[in-house]
Amino acid sequence: MKISIGAVVGGGSSLDYQTGTWRDRRPVVKQENCKACGICEEVCPDGAVGPRDGIFQVDYFFCKGCGLCARECPAQAIELLPEEK
Amino acid sequence: MRLEEVMEGSEAVALAVKACRPQVISAFPISPQTHIVERLARMVSDGDLHAEYVRVESEFSAASVVSGASLAGSRAYTASSSQGLLLMSEVLYASAGMRLPFVMTGVNRTVSAPISIQVDHQDTVSLRDCGVIQMYVESCQEAYDAHLVAFKVAEDPRVLLPTMVCMDGWILTHSYERVSFLAQQDVDLFLPPFKPVNYLDVDNPQSWGSYADEDVLMEFKYSVQQAMVRAKGVIKEAWEGLARLTGRDYGGLVEGYRTQDADLILVAMGSMAGTAKEAVDKARRAGDKLGLARIRCYRPFPHEELWEILKAAEVVAVMDANFSMGSEGALALDLKAKLYGRPGAPVVIPFVAGLGGREVGIETVLEMVHRARECVKKADLPLEANWMGLNEALLPD
Repeated sequence: MKISIGAVVGGGSSLDYQTGTWRDRRPVVKQENCKACGICEEVCPDGAVGPRDGIFQVDYFFCKGCGLCARECPAQAIELLPEEK
Repeated sequence: MRLEEVMEGSEAVALAVKACRPQVISAFPISPQTHIVERLARMVSDGDLHAEYVRVESEFSAASVVSGASLAGSRAYTASSSQGLLLMSEVLYASAGMRLPFVMTGVNRTVSAPISIQVDHQDTVSLRDCGVIQMYVESCQEAYDAHLVAFKVAEDPRVLLPTMVCMDGWILTHSYERVSFLAQQDVDLFLPPFKPVNYLDVDNPQSWGSYADEDVLMEFKYSVQQAMVRAKGVIKEAWEGLARLTGRDYGGLVEGYRTQDADLILVAMGSMAGTAKEAVDKARRAGDKLGLARIRCYRPFPHEELWEILKAAEVVAVMDANFSMGSEGALALDLKAKLYGRPGAPVVIPFVAGLGGREVGIETVLEMVHRARECVKKADLPLEANWMGLNEALLPD
C-alpha cells in the first residue's frame, strides 16, 4: 500500500492497529474469582478488557500488557503471565 | 491608472496578503512583524478583507490556528519574528509533515539572549530543517511579489508545503519604498481560489499526521524531500508567471549580479545583498572583477543554480547573517557541502556579518573581499568563520 500525502488515514483506523504485539505480559482472567465489578474495564487505557459473552475477557488484539487491570482488581481475579511465543 | 505608491514594507506585505484573499489569518504581535498584522487586522475590522482574524495568546497557537484552518481547506496566513517563530517550530514540523500549504512571513530578527529586536537571519535559518519553504527578499517590492508567489507555490499539488517569505525586520518592514501592486483581477487570475487536495470533512472523517513506525516513517520524510525538490521548478514557474504580469524579473532561485566574468563572488540573502551590489559596482569601477549571487530561495537549497553561477569563479565569500554555535554560518555550510569534491569548485571563505543589526556597509563588504583574497593569496584557508566588525576589546578576559 502506498503512503498518503500528509499521513492521512480514514477515521477509526486505530481499530486496525494491533497494539497487542507490544505486550510482554499477558493478563489472564480467573473466572472463578471474578465478581464482575467492572474496575478492570474502567482502568484499562485501551478498552481491551470488559464483558463479552457474559464474562470479563481480555481482547489480546489490543491489550498492551500494561498490567493495570491486574493491579487494580480487588478480587485478584487477573493474573499477569509472561508472554511467550 | 498607475498602481504604484510609496508605502511601508509592512503595508506592501499586508496589501499582497489581502489581494491573495486569505480566509483565515492568525497572529500574535511581535516586533518587527507588528505593522503587517495590525494592517491586516484593520482591513478585516473595516470590512475591506473578508477573512476570519483569530487573535491568540501565543505564536504556538497562531501556527496551530492556521494549521487547522489549512486542514479545513482554507487559505491561511500568519506572520512572526524571532522568539515567536521559534515558538512555532514544533507546529511547523507537524504542518510540513501534514502537507499544509499556508503562508507566513518570517520578519527577520535576532534570537534572545541577549534580548534584542534588531535584524539578522538567526530566527528563520533556525527553522531550515522543518520542511517549510523559505524565500528571502531584498526589497519591499520583492516582498509584495513574493507573497503572491508563496501562495501559488504552497498550494501547488506538486508541493503542498508551508511557505515562508523571509524579510529583514526594520530595514524592509519599516522603510518606505515605491511599490507597484497588481489590480485585484490580475491577482485573481494569477492565484485562483485554493482547491485543497484533501481536507477535514465531517462526512468523511480522516486523521492527519497519523502514527508511523520504522516501516514507513522514512518514506514520509523522503516524500517531503521530494516535494522540496519539485518545489524548485514550481517556484521558478510561479515567478515567471508573475513576471509576465508585472514585468519584474529577479532571476531564478538565485540572482546573479555581474557574475559572468567575476573571479570572486559574494553570496548573501536578504537586504544585505543590496549593499553588496553597491560594493560590487564600486569595485567594478576600480577594475576588480567582483560579483554577487543572491540566494532568493534558501529551502529548497538551489545548489544547481548556484553551481552554474559560481563554477567559473575562484573564490566565494559567504556573508552569513546567522551562526550555528559551535560550527559556522548556515549558508557557508550548505555551500561547502554542495561544492565539495566538484572538480574546479571555487574555495569558500566564510564570513559572519550583521548579527543583531550590526551595520554592514559597502566598506564592510569590500573588507570581506579583501580578506578573502588575502586568504587565497597566502593559501591560508580559514576553517573558522571571520566575524566582521567584531570589537575584541569588548570581550571578557
